[in-house]
This record gives sequence, C-alpha cells and structure tokens, in this order.
Amino acid sequence: MDFIRNFPLFTIVFSLFSGVLCMMLPGKAAKYYTAAYECLLIFFSASVLWYTSVTGTSFTYVMGEFPAPWGNEIRGGVLEALIALTFLIVMLCSAFAGWHFLVQDIDESKINLYFTLLNLLTAALMAMTWTNDIFTGYVFLEILTLTSCGLLIVREIGRTTLAAVRYMILNLLGSGLFLLGVVLLYDITGHLLMMNMQGAIAEISKDSRQMTTLTLSVGILTIGLAIKSGLFPFHFWMPDTYGWATPTSASVLSALVSKAYIFLLIKIYWRVIGIDVLDRMPIGKILCVLGMCGIIFGSVSAMRADNINRMTAFSSAAQIGYIYMGIGIGGMAGYTAAVFHILTHAVTKSLLFLSTPRLAEVSDGSLLFKKLQGSALRDRQAGAFFLVGSFSMIGIPIFAGFSSKLLFSLAAVDSGSNKKLILVMLVLAVSSLLNAMYFIRTIIRIYTHPQSAAAQALSSVTAGSAAAQGLAAGTAGSAAEVTSREKQRRASGLRRPDYIIPSLVLIAANLFLGLFSWAVVDLIERGFGMFF
Amino acid sequence: MNEKFRRWLCGDTDVLENITDTTEIPDAPRERIKENVQTARRTVLKAPEAQRTMLLERKGFHAAYTAVAIVSCILLIGVLLFIVAGLPLYGQENVRADEVIKRYIESGLKETGAVNIVSGMILDYRAFDTLGESHVLFTALVCVMILLRRDKKNMRPDYEDYYTVREDVYFDISKDSILGRVGTFLIPCIFVYGLYVLLNGQISPGGGFSGGAVMGAGMIMFSAAFGFDTVDKFFTLKLSSYITFAALSFYSFAKGYVFFMGANGLDNGIPKGAPGAILSGGLILPLDVAVGLVVACTMFGFYSLFRRGSIGGASAGTVPTETD
Repeated sequence: MDFIRNFPLFTIVFSLFSGVLCMMLPGKAAKYYTAAYECLLIFFSASVLWYTSVTGTSFTYVMGEFPAPWGNEIRGGVLEALIALTFLIVMLCSAFAGWHFLVQDIDESKINLYFTLLNLLTAALMAMTWTNDIFTGYVFLEILTLTSCGLLIVREIGRTTLAAVRYMILNLLGSGLFLLGVVLLYDITGHLLMMNMQGAIAEISKDSRQMTTLTLSVGILTIGLAIKSGLFPFHFWMPDTYGWATPTSASVLSALVSKAYIFLLIKIYWRVIGIDVLDRMPIGKILCVLGMCGIIFGSVSAMRADNINRMTAFSSAAQIGYIYMGIGIGGMAGYTAAVFHILTHAVTKSLLFLSTPRLAEVSDGSLLFKKLQGSALRDRQAGAFFLVGSFSMIGIPIFAGFSSKLLFSLAAVDSGSNKKLILVMLVLAVSSLLNAMYFIRTIIRIYTHPQSAAAQALSSVTAGSAAAQGLAAGTAGSAAEVTSREKQRRASGLRRPDYIIPSLVLIAANLFLGLFSWAVVDLIERGFGMFF
Repeated sequence: MNEKFRRWLCGDTDVLENITDTTEIPDAPRERIKENVQTARRTVLKAPEAQRTMLLERKGFHAAYTAVAIVSCILLIGVLLFIVAGLPLYGQENVRADEVIKRYIESGLKETGAVNIVSGMILDYRAFDTLGESHVLFTALVCVMILLRRDKKNMRPDYEDYYTVREDVYFDISKDSILGRVGTFLIPCIFVYGLYVLLNGQISPGGGFSGGAVMGAGMIMFSAAFGFDTVDKFFTLKLSSYITFAALSFYSFAKGYVFFMGANGLDNGIPKGAPGAILSGGLILPLDVAVGLVVACTMFGFYSLFRRGSIGGASAGTVPTETD
C-alpha cells in the first residue's frame, strides 16, 4: 500500500491533537503553530489529490484492524481531496487575514481558545470530507456545530451572543433531524458504512411501500442538513450570524461550515442513496425550487440591507440557493456545477468578509452604507479586494463566479427537460441582474468621494463661478482627506503582509477557478466518476 | 417578553442597539440600569421599524405563527408515525441487517478481548467515532470557557464585584453542617465507585463516560460540601488543562497508531489479555481511563464555570491573567 494513503488519517488526527495542544499554548504561539501545521495539512491534501488523479483510483482506508462492515472507514478520492485542499487554504487565509481584528475583538486570554476551536473545526471539516461512514459524519457534524457556535460567541458582545443562541437552536434542530434520518436509514439497511448501505438500499428500493419510507427518511435527513447550511426558508439566521462575528469567524462560517454540510449531503446522495434511486424520489425537484426561491429572496433581501455585512450575508443565502439548484438539476453536470460553486463561493465569500471590516475600520468602525461612502478611497487595498470579490459574485468573466454560472446553465441544457431549462435560465438571468444591482451599488458607494459628490450636485444646480467654488472646495476637502487617511492607516498598522498575502492567495485561487475552470471541472467529473 | 421574542424572530437587529451593546462600564446600581434599559426600549418602540412590526402583530402575526407551528408539528408527527409503520418489525429476522450485529456478538470477545461487548464496539470496532465523541465534550468545555470565564470583556470590575461577592456569600453552602458531615461519608464512596466503574469498563457495564461522570459528580459534591477554597488547593486550571491535554493527546495518538497499523496490515503488538481480567481488552482500559479523566474534568469545569466563572483559583473579583 502506498504511504500517501495514510495522509487523510493524518489530517484528521493531527488537527484534533492540535486543537488540544493550542489550549496549552499562549495566543501568539497558537497562531504560528496553527499556520505551520495547516501548511502541513495542505501538503497532505495536495498529495492525496495528486495521487488519486494520477492513478485515477480512489481508495478506502480501514480505521483499525476490522474491515468493511464492522469497523470505521475513511475514503480518499479526487473530489474529497479537492474539497479538503480548498477548505484548508481558505481556513489558513482567513485565520491570518483576520488576525488584526481578532486581537481587537477577543480578550487576549482567550485567543488560544479561539485557535483551539479553529483547529477542532478543521478536524471536523476534514473528517466530514473524508468519511465513508454515515455515523462518523454525524459525530463530526456535532463538533462542527459546537465549534461554530464557539467561534460566534467569542466576540462577547450582545449581538453575537444573541446570534449564537439562535444559530445554535437552529443547528441543533438540524442535527436532530439529521440524526433521525441516519437512525431510520440504519434501521432499514442495518449498516452504517456508505457502500453497504447503498447495496441494501438498491435492493429495498424495488418495493414501493419501502420506497416511501426510504423517501421520507432521506427527506428528514435532507431537511436537517438544509437547515444547517441555510437553504431558503431557513436562511434567516444568516445575516446576524455572519454580520457581527469577528471577520475570521464570519469568513470561516460562511465559506466553509455551510459548505461542509452540503458536501456531506452530496456524498450521502451519491454513495448512500445512489443517484439512480434518488432520481425516483421527488427530493431533487423540491431542492431545485427551494434553491431558486433562495436565490431570488436572498438577493432581494440583500438589496434592502442597510449594512454591508448583512448584504454580503444575504448574498450568501443566494449562493447557497445556487448550490442547491445545481443539486436539484441533477445529473453529472448539475452536481459538477454545484461542487464547482462550493469552491467558488468558498474563495470569494471569504475574500468579501475579510475586506468589509477593513472598509468599516476607516469609516468610524461602522458597517452602515451611509458611513461607508468613499471608504475604498481611504483604504485602496481593501477596496480592491472587495471589488474583485463582488465581480466574482456578479459573474464577470475571468472570475470564478462567471464559470460557475456558465456551468449551471450548461447543466440546465444537459438536463434535457424544457421546464428546468427555462426556469433555471430565467432565475440565473434575474439573479445576475439583482446581484449586479446590489454589488454595483455598494461599489459606487465605497468609491465615490463624499466631497466630490457634493461638488457635482452643486455644479449641476448652479452654473459658472458657483461650480468652480464647489470644485475648489472639493479638492481642498480631498487633500485634507488624504492626510487623515495616511494618519489613520499608520495608526491602525494595517499595512501588514499577513493581511495582504492571504487576500492575494484568495484572489489567485479565484482567478485560477475562473481561467482554468476546465481543469477543475475535469477533476470534479473524475471525482464523481469514482464516487460509486 | 413575547413581543421581544417575536421581534428577535423577525431578525430586527437594530432593536437591540441600545440594549445589548453597552460599552461603557456602568457604575450605577442594578435598578438604574433596569430603568435605562426600559427607556431604551421605549425609544426603540417609537421607531418606524418597530411600528411596522407592531402593525404586523396587530394583523394576527402571533396567531398565524402559532397556527403554523402547531400544523407543522402535527405534520411531522404524522410523517414520523408513517415512517415507523414502514420500518422492519422488531424481533423479526432480517438476514441483511443482522450481519454486523452477529459478528459483534459472536466474535466480539475473541477479537477485542472485552467481555463487555458495548465497550468492545465503541472503543475497538468503531473507535474512530468515539475519538470524535470524546472531543465533542472537550469542545463543549472550551465553548463554556469562552463564554463564562471571567475576562476584561465580560466582567465589569467595579460593578460586578460587589454583586458577585454578595452572591458568593449568599449561596455558599459549604458552612452547612449536614452537607459537610454527609459529604465526609459519601464522597470517598462516590470516588471509589467511580473508579470501579471506570476500571471495569471492559468487564461489566460502565466505562469511561459513565465512570468519569460519577467522579465528576463526586468532585462537584466535594466542592459544594467543603467550598471552592479547599478544591483550589489541589485542583487548579493548570492541572485541569494538563490532565485534559494528556488524556486527549494520548487518546489521539494511541488510536492513530492502531488505525495506522491496522490499515497497513501490520500487527500493533498490543496484548489482548485474558478475557475477564482487569488487564484485558487491549487498549480499552487505558482509553477508558483517558476518557474518564476528560469527562470528570469537564463536568467539574462546567460546574465551576457556571458557579463562579473560572476553573480553580482566581477568587471572585480578580481577573485571571493566565494564558494556559
């Protein structure tokens, strides 16, 4: 057996151990330790990705001495490795780029605990990605739920505590429904390992009465994961959760945690239920409709938001809708688009959530749009990062968002159903329009100077000397602005490479997904090919 | 209360602006703070946003909400009953589903060396799940520590101190002579019983989680009967973190080693021992001890954090500065 096959195990055990170790370290040491070992984890995942894509095979890894139906198993394939690699890169970038705010938001005696939670969350993400056993999925889903609540409350202000309570109640409801679904499936099939369950289910599904039971059980499980990932009727916890958390938490929660639930769902659909059996259930259609509703309603709510983080959070609700729409379209093309969008959203939303607090910092610490006027001019880096993120979300070519929208429309064409094609195209068109509206509104707002806007208004009303006076006032104002901006920047100490480099890495990942989407799509398709 | 909950449900964040985000340290007594909160609420209620939600309420939002809740509950109950009716009958032989259970019952003793099949299952056959499960407890402890451990952000030195000290004196039951006397007799028994359950996990019902819970309960009773000062003499935050760290990292590495050897087809060289003896079941006993220690520390940690906002040391009013 090749040594690389051990790497998935190492990623899980190392990150569990690192979580416990970080409790013993002082805050700064925990940060550097986390960085070092996450680089190691990235190396492990990349090796597995290389190994599985070169050999063209997936492998199962027996946890202990007891093989298939008796012991636990994990599984390495192209898809798992790709998801794990992306998750780890985004995790590392978020931890570093948000450090500046972490120190402000968290009491210094608790920074090591924050990294403890972050590492346990990494372990849970890894285990949920690699698992080949549905109950292992549940155990680590519990860790994910608890750690994400911890990442929220760590800021210790009223709003995050309140948001965390709401988030926890909904998440526990979701966990409960998921557990119920797992228990029912176990009762029907007598197995917990994915492949054995699939065999049993393929046999059971021939009986129509049992098929109804099966459909309802899968439905309960799906609702559980949909609540946890924030599909349309359950998306209302998102703005508070993402809006007030410390930037690293917001980025990790929106970009990784909800995606891990969706990836587990996809894995269950393919490897437990089997895609042929699933096609006979109405679940796909329901998910498609709910996803479309999520896209539209999320975008409309984002337009009405008065706060940049709430807007970005509602946009997350819309993006989750896209992913579920891809799952609902079904077929290889639909799932490929969904997984591609998971990657796109992970690298884009983290970039957005890491740039908004910096825009707020140069605007009296307020995230309200009315205070943010001209903030990108005061902090050009953060403005540029936000610009890239929004272009990707809108779907401008060369960025990742464009490729995933293209993939969704191709999947709709491939699905062979006219109804689906028309609906998906319509929703894509409308949502792109809405996305463009609220993101471009934000961009205009953060890039227009308050003074020059006033000057323009003045010049349009009066003529001649009055306009000249107004312009003069405007330039004088902006000169004063420049010096104050410099002062602010020096004071905040934001010109640090540990913010810029992670953001550039995220932008590079975004461009890579946009420009070389064919390579990634090829990898995902090969991953699905060996997913049975 | 009702109205507040509903507004919270609607997601009106700005309603709380004046209530929850008080950054200044209030030096006023509690009554005046209550007054301030009430005036803040009153001003909030006058806001147009709040008027909109009030209008919503007048149109029977609450009634509709209740109705929808009841209907969806009944629907869920119906669906679950329907599913249960379609499940395989209890006690009916099911060849496909019995494959795993049969193996556990028939060769569990031989393969794991544990008389208690449940221990063999959770710590040997499916040890990976239990590895996760023991970290779930640890995660919960870390979350409670983040929320409740006193620091500069959640403590207002001048204001809280007075009330904390008063509360501590008021709720201190360690001077209670009945509790103290009963504790003297009971606590050693509880600890011995906890150890028994812990160490016999591979032979009889019990094991790490239950034994640890009993010992944690013993610790809680000890601190209730003899006061936190007595506990602080031997049980500090440092000791608690070292025990948790040692136990969990031993667990991770021991099991990681077994997984690694098992998956690579190598012999892990851990003796199974004679079934029924204390030293049997391979790694089950040490893992049970590790889990038991973590559970005991976690349970006492919860109690201590909820009672006084710290684990060991750091008496009321002082902000702990330790970083470990």
